[in-house]
Amino acid sequence: MKRVVITGMGIYSCIGKNLDEVAKSLYEGKSGIGIDPLRIEYGYRSPLTGIVERPVLKGILDRRTRVCLAEEAEYAYMATVEALKNAGVDLDYLENNEVGIFYGNDSSAQAVIEAHAIVMEKKDTTLMGSGAIFQSMNSTITMNLSTIFKLKGINMTISAACASGSHSIGLGTLFIRNGLQDMVICGGGQEVNYLSMGSFDGLSVFSMNTDEPSKASRPFDANRDGLVPSGGAATLILEEYEHAVKRGAPILAEIIGYGFSSNGSNISQPSDIGSMIAMEKALKEAALSSKDIDYINAHATSTPQGDSFEAMAIDKLFSPHKPPVSSTKSMTGHECWMAGASEIVYSMLMMQNDFIAPNINFENPDEFSKNINIINKTTPKKIDVFLSNSFGFGGTNSALIVKKCK
Amino acid sequence: MKREEIISIINDFLINEIEIEEELINDDALLKQDLDIDSLDFVDIVVIVERNFGFKIKAEEMGNIKTLSEFYDYIESKVNQQ
Repeated sequence: MKRVVITGMGIYSCIGKNLDEVAKSLYEGKSGIGIDPLRIEYGYRSPLTGIVERPVLKGILDRRTRVCLAEEAEYAYMATVEALKNAGVDLDYLENNEVGIFYGNDSSAQAVIEAHAIVMEKKDTTLMGSGAIFQSMNSTITMNLSTIFKLKGINMTISAACASGSHSIGLGTLFIRNGLQDMVICGGGQEVNYLSMGSFDGLSVFSMNTDEPSKASRPFDANRDGLVPSGGAATLILEEYEHAVKRGAPILAEIIGYGFSSNGSNISQPSDIGSMIAMEKALKEAALSSKDIDYINAHATSTPQGDSFEAMAIDKLFSPHKPPVSSTKSMTGHECWMAGASEIVYSMLMMQNDFIAPNINFENPDEFSKNINIINKTTPKKIDVFLSNSFGFGGTNSALIVKKCK
Repeated sequence: MKREEIISIINDFLINEIEIEEELINDDALLKQDLDIDSLDFVDIVVIVERNFGFKIKAEEMGNIKTLSEFYDYIESKVNQQ
């Protein structure tokens, strides 16, 4: 089996629009949560969201390209430009080599809803415009990025709810490990517009703490009142180890474990057993035991049930070693389809800079979170191996283990 | 609407929305070969014309239109029919 390494990263999120900004925010425990007035007008129960600035791409990409990009594809473009640059990969390389893409995305609601509104008014589908079809498909990110970057390898979107980004990295890893690709662009993107989250808000699972938006997302805390939706995009360049060495690429870390499972039960409720199986599989593949994990980036979204099941699973699997745990969603909110990829980037930045970013707003543990080692203040820590969890609707679970390359 | 006004509106959206370089705009410019307007761009032009002039271009009526001047003529005739 071939070894799989990360040679580039890029991020565009509510806590920063590039790696440097995000590393600083993580270290400072800065929240990216705010209020979206459009959500109040539209009829949301909660107007809280991650605040992400749309990139200005006029002058960077031509019109034909821009009209095909949905919001999340714009973020994915920005994150991928940064990742490719850091990996030392240019357009000439991409055009002349077989590079693939697996990217997580599970909605493109704004494009669909806006196009529908035009047809309802005009009774004429042509008036949706030429970009509507390319923006409205879940594969908007991969179809656009593969065109922009002239990709010649595997090319598909992974739709796996809030584990989409994580599974995209897992599948990229499997393709490289089995010799099918030398390099794969992986990641996750998530739209942030007010049209994208209405149906999720309708489940009454979003925090209502509008008085203090920065305190609204509080994973594992006894006084949480729900999650905060968010978005952006995160990209990782995965590469076969020898290929990366030959290319003289920066080798940032190695992906040593990918575990997955499906709960096979309730559509919305998580499971401690399902998440444990994913983590156990990842540990087994990495040939590690629970004591070898230096840090766990938890999936915890700030909902009582999800946080509790994950705390139970971590407690069962990692006691008595109790590795440090934090949920960066306390700062970013729940980046949904993007989260599994962005949380690898966040954890990588911690690994590179020797600290654990805090699970902000964790003030009072509950009966489950009291049993695990949650870090609520920025903590200096040398991280050699971390594990990152992602769980999604439908019971899809993914766990990734990443090791520093020495 | 006067022809000059129609030409001004068309040139304005070709330059600012379809992003065709201003120096390429002239009466004899061929829509496909000189202005590089493809089938997807044409869909967006249908949308913009509807927004600006209040009618929908019919693809079958565009069949013989090759130059920008002929396109101005077509739009002018449709505007004056309204």
